[in-house]
Amino acid sequence: MTEMTPLMTPLMSGETGIVIGLLVPLLVGLLTPFLAVRSLWRDAAGPLGAVVTFVAALHVAGAVLAGETPRLHLLEFAEGLSFEFAVTPLGALFGLVASGLWIAAGLFSVGYMRGNHEKHQTRFAAFYAVAVHAALAIAWSGNLLVLFVFYEILTFSTFPLVTHKESRAARDAGRLYMSILVGTSVVLLLPAVIYVWVKTGTLDFVPGGILAGHVTPAALPWLLACFAFGIGKAALMPFHRWLPAAMVAPTPVSALLHAVAVVKAGVFTMLTVVVYVFGIDFLADNAGSDWLVWLASFTILASSFVAISKDDLKARLAYSTISQLSYIVLGAAIATSIAAQGAALHIVMHAAGKITLFFCAGAIYVRAHLTKISELDGQGREMPLVFIAFFLGALSIIGIPPLGGSWSKFYLMLGAMERDLLIVLFVLGLSSLLNIYYLLEPVQRAFFRAKVKQVEVASHPLTVIPPVATAILSVLLFFYVDLINGLAELVAG
Amino acid sequence: MMNEAPLAVILAENWNYLVVITLMMSGLFIVISRFNLVKKLVGLSIFQTSVFLFYISVGKVAGGTAPIITGDPDTLYSNPLPHVLILTAIVVGVATTALGLALVLRIHAAFGSIEEDEVLAMKAEDGLPRVRRILEQQGDRLGDRQEQAGVEGEAEK
Amino acid sequence: MSIYAIFNNLPALLVVVPLLLSPIAALIPIGRLAWVVALVGSGVSVIVAILLCSVTASGIRITYFMGNWPPPWGIEFVVDSATSLTVMVMTTLAFLATLFAGRALSAEIAAKDVGKAYSAWLLACGGLYGLVMTADAFNLFVFLEISALASVILIALGAGRDRRALIAAYNYLVIGAVGATFYVIGVGFIYAVTGSLNMADLADRIPEVEAGSIVFIGFGFMVAGMLVKAAVFPVHIWLPAAYSYAPSAVSTLLAAIATKAAIYVLARIVFTIFGGVPEVTALALEWVVVPLSIAGIFGGTIMAIYERDLKKMLAFSSIAQIGYITLGIGIATGAGIAAGFIHIGNHALIKGGLFMAVGGIFLATGSRVSVMSMTGIGRKMPLTATAFLICGLSLIGLPLTAGFISKLYLVRALLDNDNLVIVGLVLASSALSVMYLWKIVEVMWVRPAPVDALEINERPALYIPLWIIAIANIWLGLDASWLVGAAEAAAASLLGAGG
Repeated sequence: MTEMTPLMTPLMSGETGIVIGLLVPLLVGLLTPFLAVRSLWRDAAGPLGAVVTFVAALHVAGAVLAGETPRLHLLEFAEGLSFEFAVTPLGALFGLVASGLWIAAGLFSVGYMRGNHEKHQTRFAAFYAVAVHAALAIAWSGNLLVLFVFYEILTFSTFPLVTHKESRAARDAGRLYMSILVGTSVVLLLPAVIYVWVKTGTLDFVPGGILAGHVTPAALPWLLACFAFGIGKAALMPFHRWLPAAMVAPTPVSALLHAVAVVKAGVFTMLTVVVYVFGIDFLADNAGSDWLVWLASFTILASSFVAISKDDLKARLAYSTISQLSYIVLGAAIATSIAAQGAALHIVMHAAGKITLFFCAGAIYVRAHLTKISELDGQGREMPLVFIAFFLGALSIIGIPPLGGSWSKFYLMLGAMERDLLIVLFVLGLSSLLNIYYLLEPVQRAFFRAKVKQVEVASHPLTVIPPVATAILSVLLFFYVDLINGLAELVAG
Repeated sequence: MMNEAPLAVILAENWNYLVVITLMMSGLFIVISRFNLVKKLVGLSIFQTSVFLFYISVGKVAGGTAPIITGDPDTLYSNPLPHVLILTAIVVGVATTALGLALVLRIHAAFGSIEEDEVLAMKAEDGLPRVRRILEQQGDRLGDRQEQAGVEGEAEK
Repeated sequence: MSIYAIFNNLPALLVVVPLLLSPIAALIPIGRLAWVVALVGSGVSVIVAILLCSVTASGIRITYFMGNWPPPWGIEFVVDSATSLTVMVMTTLAFLATLFAGRALSAEIAAKDVGKAYSAWLLACGGLYGLVMTADAFNLFVFLEISALASVILIALGAGRDRRALIAAYNYLVIGAVGATFYVIGVGFIYAVTGSLNMADLADRIPEVEAGSIVFIGFGFMVAGMLVKAAVFPVHIWLPAAYSYAPSAVSTLLAAIATKAAIYVLARIVFTIFGGVPEVTALALEWVVVPLSIAGIFGGTIMAIYERDLKKMLAFSSIAQIGYITLGIGIATGAGIAAGFIHIGNHALIKGGLFMAVGGIFLATGSRVSVMSMTGIGRKMPLTATAFLICGLSLIGLPLTAGFISKLYLVRALLDNDNLVIVGLVLASSALSVMYLWKIVEVMWVRPAPVDALEINERPALYIPLWIIAIANIWLGLDASWLVGAAEAAAASLLGAGG
């Protein structure tokens, strides 16, 4: 170990970090049914496991910052393909996000499930942990094959979470979820992956990409399209419908889907494919991703307009996520180092901000059983902490200093200017304005209007503490962005 | 060489193939078109017999006698191999027909008929007609609707 | 020494042992004892298959002269890499199916018929092994009919539970006989112009025949006959009824090995016998086999989506999967044939497992398993349902299962061959297959069990072979090196052996 940031003392090597980081969530998931003898053990296993996993992820990130590539080789899958983990800077970043936010999400889900007296808590906790395991495996995957494998596992392991309520609506949502995600991944993503394998003979992640010289420039937009639409988890229009549909699930699931694991895995895959498979320069030189710039911009604006029309809080947040994800896709499509850095930063910032918003939505539901924004009038007096946290999270998404989201937006704008894409600047600006409207409306109603509904059902402190914590995190990320930037800068070299 | 001979001569020279084709097509037609299960087996037998004739007629050597060893060393025999093959095939055909007829007996005992269209009409295990099956399927969907009503009665979670 | 004599006669043993044990099983009045006889027969077959595999793994091509009569006058058995792979798959699955049948078969047929059932069981197995190993075109017909007639008996045994099994067996008999006779007609044409029946000899003589149209016709008849046996669309119509009304153990056995043998024979005909005349075979492959495979893939998948009865759904799914195998073989590249053989192995495992699971559920609930009757079974029979899930995920090709490996290699072979459209079709059908499978998964776990459902005890005899298969699915999903290597060797020997 040469350089280490002052925060970390070397407890383990990068490789050990990978092993622990992958094993612990999986073990938590597998052991939960047995631990469910005591509900306390089952509920403690998640957050405890999350803390251990986060420490492991820190060490992995530390190793990457020190210039290493932690690697874990498991077996030879087929000729030229091995089943291995190899952490890229982007992967280290995503690993930190997934494991760190799992701590908050684990605590929150305990509070939510208990406060709401939900059924099937054991099944929920078990699959939650497995989903996080899959997300980490995606983050630290060593080649496209391993990534694809765990991408599919993530889809299947989140299905029981989405259909948790077992109602008719949940079943329909589950079907839509599976059809879009599995359909896109099997029909578009898999052949794209195999095509890369056939043309280049490898699926490894290499800075600068592996396609240069093997794929004709004319095929680039088509191949990119297969990836962009095949990665259904990135919710690029028109394959975005699964995300609002999945809101039928309990809020901790929504938090997991939107912030910790699923969509983040999607945009992470998109960014990884652009940076490490296509190569930013190869794409930029051949204008292979220009069409994606426009589609991402369209998605940003279109989903923002839809969000404005939604009265259901979670639905509005869902469309906000679709919009924000396209920020990251946009950053990838602009295909410059600065834009890629901005996209990587946005993965972190959006995760922290969005999870805050969802935690708040869940806390509001547990406390007052309110789901509509129009019903939130005056609730700010009842739940001041929750709404202040919501306010901070919203500011981060909008991109206003001193919240972390302002940094990622700044870098994205820099990247757009680098390529003279002034329209993109306009899109980003307009999107921020729309965000202000639809994200601050709940806050405005809560604090500045008279109360409409007087309901108090239940309350649980574990539904309030996590959103406050992540809101504070969003603020801290503004001031301590250098810690994350160290990794983000390495993403595109 | 073949192009110069008139059609009638060609047909006359290859009359064995004509027989084979006639029997083959008749047999196949009977299998496909007849609904009576026994008649189908008859058609199958005819079909298989045509194949036997095909092999044996191809194996005939002009001027040759049956391929059974006589004491005379100058005898010209027809090709014995097709005969051997066809003996095997005849045995297979016999077994097939026997098994088929046994099945027809069982079908008659179970369904009371050996006409294929009548038997197919009695689709279900206990002879329920088609209408009942459709109602059963609709009943499944009915169960869905009842369940949905029940769930929506609970508090929205 | 006598022991070495056994090793010298391995190919014959593979056929002789089941055939000899068959009448013994028929004469035994006690069902259990007959099952033990069948188990011994299939167990010996597995051991012989392993030995054969180990010999061919070193590249040796075993030729065995029946009765020491040298070809081309005598009948020859040939075991090369392709044969040994197919035989290995078939014997293993037959053994597991026999294990499963111990309780499953006795529960579905009358006690007095159990001995005769196992007799037919052994005959079917022995006939199929002989089918795969023989190198004589007419001897192939003999084994084809042995296995077909025995299968008819096995299917008809389902009449104890459902009388429609009789119709299914009759239809299989007639359609199968027509198909086999087509094959014989083809052999007749080929024999007429070459004078030989030995496959290797034919491979040498066929390219020298001047009457090209007769070769073409003979080839057409032979392939048509085998297409019927392999249940390729549109001559697949006998399969759904046959698999769905037969006893569960029989469905498992047939689904796992019967059509595979026919596809293997198809590959042998195309690449070995007619290997020297690729201009003849290429036409048929490109214009008949590949389009029919794609039609079968879609037709089977779509019919499965609309089907409510679970066994029929799996039968239609089999038709689709057979389409994948014949597609791989139909593109006739080394990679394609290897992909086809990989799927021969994987699909035997997948379908065998699925039918076993359904059989277990059927036996436990006592009624015909329709999709709606399985609500909540995930909690009532967790072991069986989880194994079903694993095999089902393998069917749709989830990574880390065997089915994914098949798909990976098939798509890669198609991409190598620049068949981009077919890749799209294959993957679209794969996405569609998620629909019918997920319907079942949803019903098993997401829906609650009916309030009046009985408690179900899962029998180890039924779920142990099932779990062996499920674990094999995962194992082969992780480490498919043996299967891939064997399949590639098989493809090499098929493509290299012709002409």
